[in-house]
Amino acid sequence: MRQNALIQKINQDQLREDIPNFRAGDSVRVHARVVEGTRERIQLFEGVVIRRRGTGIQATYTVRKITNGVGVERTFPVHSPRVAKLEVVRFGQVRRAKLYYLRELHGKAARIPESRRPRK
Amino acid sequence: MTRKGILGRKVGMTQVFTENGELVPVTVVEATPNVVLQVKTMENDGYEAVQLGFQDKRDVLSNKPEQGHVSKAKTAPKRFIREINDVELGEYKVADEVKVDIFNEGDYVDVTGTTKGHGYQGNVHKDGQSRGPETHGSRYHRRPGSLGAIINRVFPGKKLPGRMGNKTVTVQNLKIVRADLDNNVLLIKGNVPGANKSFVEIKSAVRAPKK
Repeated sequence: MRQNALIQKINQDQLREDIPNFRAGDSVRVHARVVEGTRERIQLFEGVVIRRRGTGIQATYTVRKITNGVGVERTFPVHSPRVAKLEVVRFGQVRRAKLYYLRELHGKAARIPESRRPRK
Repeated sequence: MTRKGILGRKVGMTQVFTENGELVPVTVVEATPNVVLQVKTMENDGYEAVQLGFQDKRDVLSNKPEQGHVSKAKTAPKRFIREINDVELGEYKVADEVKVDIFNEGDYVDVTGTTKGHGYQGNVHKDGQSRGPETHGSRYHRRPGSLGAIINRVFPGKKLPGRMGNKTVTVQNLKIVRADLDNNVLLIKGNVPGANKSFVEIKSAVRAPKK
């Protein structure tokens, strides 16, 4: 659907341009800003992108990692100013857009082969 | 307490990030400068109010009385005209413009609009009643239930099927996220009644929460 020009204008200012091209299966390192009281620090969250959904300002992605044997998933808005930096560590080769099947797997089975042809 | 008000048009919804990075759902309301068409005073009209007009329409779409009325404010005929009461009368003169900067970020407002019409609907959709079982020989699926005691009439207020929506509804205590004077746009947190492109009335909240 065509978006209203006014809404487009409001959204346009908020979209970030420093977001690398990534998709489900890629391993990313999210530099999340965490506010503790008055102090602000950067917290790293590194894992596999299991979902990327939505377009424009609504877009979000979910990163999954295993911490102390427990699966942890965090969902970030793609254009969130609370993410200081987003790095793609590794391009993965997957056949699905949503990798929910990773939740059932662990250890060796949960590995994702690296993409042979590097993506731009 | 005096109130402020402006008329606008609902454009649609989107999301914005606040300064601390929170993602807030907002309704975009376009309110091009409103024109004060009339100031109603105690002596003249028996009550106090200002009449605002929003959005010009072509002369062809208006009749003589309308044209005569707006000519006092030296503007074009308006599509949407409403009165705002409880205002500080001294602040308004006929032909003045009211812009979105009457509201600031963080103000609480009440928004009045006409909800989407849903046509003739049953109790399950219209009043949110529960449905009976579909199977097991139930024969009672989506009916309105008992009409009450046998006294040869139905009690007033009994929920029955009928027209749903297309009603004037006010949503109270919505927060202004941004008032953009350059684009004549108000961003209001949450949703407001009505379809996109429908007219809405925005007034400062009667029961604003205490800070």
